[in-house]
Amino acid sequence: MTEPAEIRAKVQVRDLTVRFAGKETLRNLNLDIYPNERLAIIGPASSGKTTFLRCLNRLNDLQHTFSHTGRILLDGKDVYDPDVDLAGLRRRMGMVYAVPEPLPWTIYENLVFGPRLAGFRDKDDLDERVERSLKSAYLWEETKDRLHQPAHNLSGGQQQRLCLARVLALKPEVLLLDEPCSGLDPISTAKIEDALVELTESLSIILVTNNTKQASRVSDRTAFFLMGELIEVGPTQQIFTKPNHERTDAYITGQFG
Amino acid sequence: MRRLSPRTAQQIVVSIMWMLAAATVGTLVFIIAFILFHGLPHVTWEFLTQSPVSMGRKGGIFPMIVGTAMVSGLAVIIAAPIGVATAVYLTEYTRESRITAVIRFGADCLAGIPSIIFGLFGFVFFTITLGMGLSVLSGALTLALMVLPTIVRTSEEAIRAVPYAYREVSYGLGSTRWQMVTRVVLQSAMPGIFTGIVLSLGRSISETAAVMLTAGSALGLPSSLFDSSRTLALHFYILSREGVSMSNAYATASVLIISILVLNVFAYWLMHKLVRKPR
Repeated sequence: MTEPAEIRAKVQVRDLTVRFAGKETLRNLNLDIYPNERLAIIGPASSGKTTFLRCLNRLNDLQHTFSHTGRILLDGKDVYDPDVDLAGLRRRMGMVYAVPEPLPWTIYENLVFGPRLAGFRDKDDLDERVERSLKSAYLWEETKDRLHQPAHNLSGGQQQRLCLARVLALKPEVLLLDEPCSGLDPISTAKIEDALVELTESLSIILVTNNTKQASRVSDRTAFFLMGELIEVGPTQQIFTKPNHERTDAYITGQFG
Repeated sequence: MRRLSPRTAQQIVVSIMWMLAAATVGTLVFIIAFILFHGLPHVTWEFLTQSPVSMGRKGGIFPMIVGTAMVSGLAVIIAAPIGVATAVYLTEYTRESRITAVIRFGADCLAGIPSIIFGLFGFVFFTITLGMGLSVLSGALTLALMVLPTIVRTSEEAIRAVPYAYREVSYGLGSTRWQMVTRVVLQSAMPGIFTGIVLSLGRSISETAAVMLTAGSALGLPSSLFDSSRTLALHFYILSREGVSMSNAYATASVLIISILVLNVFAYWLMHKLVRKPR
């Protein structure tokens, strides 16, 4: 367990098997996520992509039928260790969901909610976080004059960028995105994709997407999931041009999915 | 037999439903109008601010207004935290099991018990066994037990109406369960919870049987929680039942009805004001 590659990896997944009520949804998964990389996860419906993402920040814990074996290491420390601070873990691994869900408050309140929970009270610091995260999410220009208006007044695409900004306000180390553009217009999608590319200067991104074109546009590496198994992972260029596995090829070229 | 055309059937059904709805509203309006017609002429400033004279034949109902406010206010102050806490436990801190089913079943059974039984229980338990006597406190505790199920169930509904996604979002942003419950769920559910509490307050104010056996029927102004006090509803009952003064009975009933109407309207107004419309 001391190969150099393993020390470099930000997140290491080892022999991860996940069951819901005894039924396997992920089988024997091994995957590394490196600092400052964008990893896309593609695959047909119910291939375990979302389940995998929700294992990383332990959101699956909310389902009482969930059980797992194997390990998930963040900076070498198992996230399922009993002494792990769950709230702290979720701050380090921020998540953006498929459906934008602003909390029923103002834009500003949505953005400072997480930092306040983490104990940041200083007004200037909070304001700075709000501005910086909105800028990173390409939403600052549209919202800077109406930070104290209800977040629900924003359009769907703006709401999703707000959800991205809300996570960024916590300065996460890993960003988990669960089909973040599935319901968005092309312009919002492009803005989010641009934001993601810039963000990897400071963090790692795992992007689950149903849109193979998005994976090829945005990611450095791509992993292909099928029926709860990782079929293959490699540089995005290679996965999309000459994958090692014929099922990958069939999926990418649209023969099933 | 010839079949009705769907169009005719539709018209008949609609008119029947219209009549039934009109009957419901009409009954309510008739009752209120009847009581106000007989009572309002006797509601004067003196009536509201003075103590009753010769058993209520003359004078006012000021002690009853104070007693009602104390008994039902205290009842809700006691019942609301317990009820909301129970609802939070049922929805957020435990998953469906035999225990939650039993708690819920218990609450539903409590809701179905006639108020005179609560009165009897309060009389035996609070008034005699715990030695509180006929007092504001005995009455309030009894009413608290009576409205508890309402508060539990309405709060539960309100909490369940908060989108599940809010909880995931809150967890995802690093909140503990307690922070999630207090800052997100309860905040979003507050209008619904509040409405349930206000409706319970209305029920406490109009309750008669349970307070008769526990708060007593003293005519004086209660000066502490251990004083006996007569509530408006009970005063109205005694005035009419014992033929003391029908005009003062109607006047008391008018005051009672108006305060409950105002409370309900206020509750609905608040609900519409505070509940965010779906996007």
